Amino acid sequence: MKVRLEKDQIQVLLDEYFEVEFSFRNTEDLSLALAQLKSDEQAFVLDWVRRIASTHIEIAYRFTSQASRALHVMDESMIEAWVLQAMDVYDRIGLHAALKVISGIDRFVRQGRERASGALFEEQVGVLMPFVQGLSGRKLKLQQGDDLFTDTETIYLPSVMAHLPDKRDNFLLYKVAVAYHWAQVRFGTFHQSLLHYLTHHKTPDLALGTFHALETERLNACLGRELPGLYREMSVLTDKLTGRSVPDGWLEQVAELRKQDASVMDCIKMTESILGQPLPATTCFQGQLNPALAFEVMQQRIEREKIALRVALKAVADELKDKSKLEREEPGRFQIRSKDATSQLEDMSIELLINGKSIPMPDDVRGTLTSIMQDLGDVPPEYLVPAGPGEYDFETGQGRLLNPEDVWGGAYHEEGAFFYNEWDYRRKHYRKKWCVMREMSVKPVHDGFAERVTVKYRRLLSHLRKTFEAMRDEDRLLKRQVYGDGVDIDAFVETWADVHTGLEMSERLFTRMHREERNIAVMFMVDMSGSTQGWVNEAEREALVLLAESLEALGDQYAIYGFTGMTRKRCEVFPVKQFDQPYDEAVKARISGIQAGDYTRMGAAIRHLSFRLNGVEARTKLLITLSDGKPDDYQDDYRSEYGIEDTRQSLFEARRSGIHPFCITIDEAGHDYLPHMYGGANYTVISEVEKLPLKVSDIYKKITT
Amino acid sequence: MQARILKPEAYFIENEPYYQPVGDEISVFEAAYRNQLPVLLKGPTGCGKTRFTEHMAWRLKRPLITVSCHDDLTASDLVGRFLVKGGETIWVDGPLAAAVRVGGICYLDEVVEARKDTTVVIHPLADDRRVLPMEKVGELLEATPDFCLAISFNPGYQSVLKDLKQSTRQRFVALEFDYPEPALEQKIIENEASVDAEMAARLVKFAHMTRNLKGSGLDEGASTRLLVHAAKLITSGVDPVVACRSSIAQALTDDVDMLVAVNELSASLF
Ligand SMILES: Nc1ncnc2c1ncn2[C@@H]1O[C@H](COP(=O)(O)OP(=O)(O)OP(=O)(O)O)[C@@H](O)[C@H]1O
Ligand SMILES: [Mg+2]
Repeated sequence: MKVRLEKDQIQVLLDEYFEVEFSFRNTEDLSLALAQLKSDEQAFVLDWVRRIASTHIEIAYRFTSQASRALHVMDESMIEAWVLQAMDVYDRIGLHAALKVISGIDRFVRQGRERASGALFEEQVGVLMPFVQGLSGRKLKLQQGDDLFTDTETIYLPSVMAHLPDKRDNFLLYKVAVAYHWAQVRFGTFHQSLLHYLTHHKTPDLALGTFHALETERLNACLGRELPGLYREMSVLTDKLTGRSVPDGWLEQVAELRKQDASVMDCIKMTESILGQPLPATTCFQGQLNPALAFEVMQQRIEREKIALRVALKAVADELKDKSKLEREEPGRFQIRSKDATSQLEDMSIELLINGKSIPMPDDVRGTLTSIMQDLGDVPPEYLVPAGPGEYDFETGQGRLLNPEDVWGGAYHEEGAFFYNEWDYRRKHYRKKWCVMREMSVKPVHDGFAERVTVKYRRLLSHLRKTFEAMRDEDRLLKRQVYGDGVDIDAFVETWADVHTGLEMSERLFTRMHREERNIAVMFMVDMSGSTQGWVNEAEREALVLLAESLEALGDQYAIYGFTGMTRKRCEVFPVKQFDQPYDEAVKARISGIQAGDYTRMGAAIRHLSFRLNGVEARTKLLITLSDGKPDDYQDDYRSEYGIEDTRQSLFEARRSGIHPFCITIDEAGHDYLPHMYGGANYTVISEVEKLPLKVSDIYKKITT
Repeated sequence: MQARILKPEAYFIENEPYYQPVGDEISVFEAAYRNQLPVLLKGPTGCGKTRFTEHMAWRLKRPLITVSCHDDLTASDLVGRFLVKGGETIWVDGPLAAAVRVGGICYLDEVVEARKDTTVVIHPLADDRRVLPMEKVGELLEATPDFCLAISFNPGYQSVLKDLKQSTRQRFVALEFDYPEPALEQKIIENEASVDAEMAARLVKFAHMTRNLKGSGLDEGASTRLLVHAAKLITSGVDPVVACRSSIAQALTDDVDMLVAVNELSASLF
């Protein structure tokens, strides 16, 4: 039994949590109120106050003042959900919105009831996302929003669907809403002429409403043809929601629009002719039309995809050139042919031709072409000209168009980045999509660094090469086999004796070579934080050269990435050598080019590199960190326990996905925190930096045999 | 009915296996065969590579010997080995040696799965020497003009490890396979499972939905083979949504959300 606390005891705690010394909050009344609660209620509330205060004191303060009432109307698990929602909103939107959640207990309780039978976006998105991506055409994204609409790339959905009393029906509402908005994009609702029509209209709102009603008829008919099963579900839902009440004569009026060849133009035309007439009731899955936003997004996409296509075609052209090895040929002329021009309902099947000959189409080209055709109805010839050399900046060769370094210049924001959750140990929950991670390129330095290192350590290196060669795939001789390449003399002699004494003859007389294949992939994650400036950095780079040389002898798959960053919005990794790259001059120059950067937000780096490591196939996967200290970040509590706990959590995640993490550090204090993060046996502290190059290969050998 | 037992080298295909050509693969294979060039069939799983080889074996009237390669398959599994039988040691040909001996078509399925030392034995067979070294008996087995080596390879699983080496790849005439165009795939399904055109077309559409998910949650989309399976169930009276669930969705993934999503897709379609 917990002891019930007295008011004064509570006040001491609250004063501490709220930092009353600086914040001058009045905790008198709050303490008095909490003193009335039962002991376990007190413990529950105080625990949460402490956790929330670690995120924001004001939220914690407001929570405390609501606590008694919350306990009155909700059970503990619901209170937890409420608080977590508030903190989530704080992460995503800000303080003001979070406080609104806290003060809106009643709304939350009401929604809670909905939640019991309603469908939640967060719970359903795992299903809805692959559902929408399975549908044909441009791949749409889903996101939670206040209204239901699409901007032609993302469908925004409300956080709960609770219009119907049954949970399954509410899920179906989501599904139908998703399909309906997919249909808008797929069947061309956002056509240029709509924009034109609306911008020149006297009563654009009225026109938009009427158009929406008519377009819904057209789209529903398309859905009926394309997805009959869904259409049936939709009709059932409509009946349950509103019943199908339509104005007199409506059905006859829109019959034209339900035909297979009806287009959005027909809809616009009819809009004008019926303006002002009564319209059928709208159903909740129709959402809103937001043409202004849609056209803006579309405009940007059209620009972007033209570039993307031309860059991708350049890659195709280059590959063809390599294959044919004929330099005489000037790049061929690309063409598009649609194989199946019968109807827009058919899956768009298009062929890519070069000089009139059909060639296989890479997935990215197909995706981009599909999307372009969806916007423009066809692919303009200038789109099919492969990008010229240097026309766009795509260093990595993967056709990356946006230069990662421009990101904070405001050109684009979080696009093209990877998002990772971060563990907040005080909340015992993840902060969702908290870190923005990018892969940046290392500036290569061609200064012969790697050569100098191989000369400097040539004795050690030849020793390392030998040891590593000896670790390669080992042949083992299996004895007493039923079949094999040689005769097992021992078995043979025994059997000879057996046969002569009248015993049954063994058939296991052969020896066979069995090959134990090493099947290891290793990711080296190199600390590039500011603290490595100088000789630590030098030692790291030397160690990498020796390691690479040794691994080349061994034949294991390996990759080397540097990591650094500043704040959660700028986590960066630097591919020095990717798994599929050979160890060549470029890699050597990049090793030489590794520079000390900013801080060490380790969790995000571990998550991203685990993701990369899991992209290769291997029986054993190792993630080895070379570092010089604790996780740390700028003006942020990442340097404290928070960072250690997040790193620990990210290592848990890595392990769960089948990766073995290991850490090599030169921080002598490492013994204090590394066991907690990596586990007692999975780290090594090297006391002298200059020993790092010698040790790293040695350690690698130890942990992989 | 009793199962027939056949020695692999006697496995002549008597009835024409149904094969729907999708391009000029038949004439290319025939030309390669006449010129004694080995053939590499590239393409995703279940797109008709095995069926095509069977069809060609029938066309060319040669026995077909198929070896499914796996990561324990060694060179001696292909070439042959010594066995003890009744107190005597005898040599037994492996399937590759058997095919060379009888002048058949040897089809090594998923050749990258095999151990790397197997390439050592196929290389001399796959260039103009056309011999199979049988180290253990100290012989070289020379192939007759009838013999043909065909290997298959699924480039979709490309990982650094599982790539076909250039030195191997460049010995073969490559035929590229992919899932057929919708109209052809529909025809294949109609033919293989006797469903009507409408149903076959819906199944193809469903396949495309799952293929759209390749790379965003699924490793592979539904193959022609899976469509044929589903169609067969439907012909036997199983509800289409159920047929798709059990023969396609379950074969594609174990992920719970993904399964639900794929099932919702098929429920939307039928
Ligand atoms: N072009 C085709 N003509 C006739 N049937 C086909 C064709 N393509 C696919 N099929 C059907 O698909 C099934 C699977 O094809 P097959 O076994 O040849 O695939 P595969 O490419 O060898 O696959 P894997 O790589 O998995 O071995 C066949 O049994 C047949 O029913
Ligand atoms: Mg096969």
